[in-house]
Amino acid sequence: MTADVTVASGTELTSGRLQPTSPVVPVPHRVVARRHETGDVTTLWLAPLTGEPMAFRCGQFNMLTAFGVGEAAISVSSTQRESGALQHTVRDVGAVTHALCHAQIGDIVGVRGPFGTDWGTADDGAIESGDVVVVAGGIGLAPLRGAADEVVHRGGSGRGRVFVIVGAREPGQIIFGEDLEAWADAGARVMVTVDVSQPGWKGHVGLVTARLSEADFDPVGASALVCGPEIMMRLTARALVDRGVDASRIRVTLERNMQCGVAWCGHCQLGPFLLCRDGPIVPYGGVVSHLLNERER
Amino acid sequence: MKKTSVAELVSTHPLLAGLPGDAVDQVAGCAFNVAFGPGDLLLAEGEPADTLFLLRRGRVAVEINSPGRGPIVIETVGPGATVGWSWLFPPYRWHFDARALDTVGAIAVDGACLRAKADADHALAHMLLERVAAVLLDRLQATRVRVLDLYGVDRDR
Repeated sequence: MTADVTVASGTELTSGRLQPTSPVVPVPHRVVARRHETGDVTTLWLAPLTGEPMAFRCGQFNMLTAFGVGEAAISVSSTQRESGALQHTVRDVGAVTHALCHAQIGDIVGVRGPFGTDWGTADDGAIESGDVVVVAGGIGLAPLRGAADEVVHRGGSGRGRVFVIVGAREPGQIIFGEDLEAWADAGARVMVTVDVSQPGWKGHVGLVTARLSEADFDPVGASALVCGPEIMMRLTARALVDRGVDASRIRVTLERNMQCGVAWCGHCQLGPFLLCRDGPIVPYGGVVSHLLNERER
Repeated sequence: MKKTSVAELVSTHPLLAGLPGDAVDQVAGCAFNVAFGPGDLLLAEGEPADTLFLLRRGRVAVEINSPGRGPIVIETVGPGATVGWSWLFPPYRWHFDARALDTVGAIAVDGACLRAKADADHALAHMLLERVAAVLLDRLQATRVRVLDLYGVDRDR
């Protein structure tokens, strides 16, 4: 495949590097930091070899290339208040993500993007007023991290309260503990629960939907952002609708086999959606509620 | 400060909210206020099951003791929840422990007293069982989902 490229100026030119401009050509980034989050989850900080880090909206994803192995769609887990290298939080579940999780500082990773829809939490986004309920399951907190931070720290009149409800398999798999504490300090009600307790755990044990029932948000005008395993999202979205939240104000993530990232190849089609373009974040109301219940044949 | 009667507390607990006044009075006749400190057991596995606890404040862990490992927490519940179902059916023996995680305030309903009133008043029995069954169904469904291990390490492999 040929791709449009431009020769960068200045130091880039003297170093002989090429700056790709086609959305299907990975831009080389260097791993400038990494953090082991849990047993199989690692966060990478990626900085472009030349130029500034890309702009993104919270919830969008990039295609990360582990050279010689392949590509995987990984959400940006940075917040908008952080500058510098972009963060991606990766769970080791396959060949590509295994390679990414084992990338070391100084290694080169390809980045294409950002792609897809966002949570609508920016000042010009769809969420303007009312309480906001953020519900994350497992590594689903990574795509939500930026959005949660955005709603916790947003200003202006008419802003409602923020509830962050996090479920994890066990205490050792809770990611972004420092963020959860910071959001609580900033006024959010943060509620964490695990499916399986461990010795020393003093927190809650049970489903996220049980914590949801304890959250005293006002469903009228409330918005909800939900990310996690699809069963968890389905149950959570139903519980939110049962509480009176308008289905069109509930956003969930739908992820399938993202490949091109620009709606060319069709691998990520789900019903009427090409999810790399029309998703991953979609409103729960309407066709999505049916898609989340669809039995795949 | 106005003292809240047991009947008022019973009538506002989510399990029993909306019951007719005479039904509330019947339940309240079997009920009394209790308090537990952090670490106290509300009920203990193997002991006779004789009480339904309607939680008003604090959190309770439903747990089972494992020799050499200590208590394993199965679930935690908070204000508005209920603890203790084994008083409903023979052999009326607790299957798990329930431990206060912090200061807990609850309404304790005498199980034998409530069973006797329900036996004598089938309308009351129906109302109570309808509500109890809804809570048990909710707990069962939640437990089934947790068994799926949705966030498990091998889910996406």
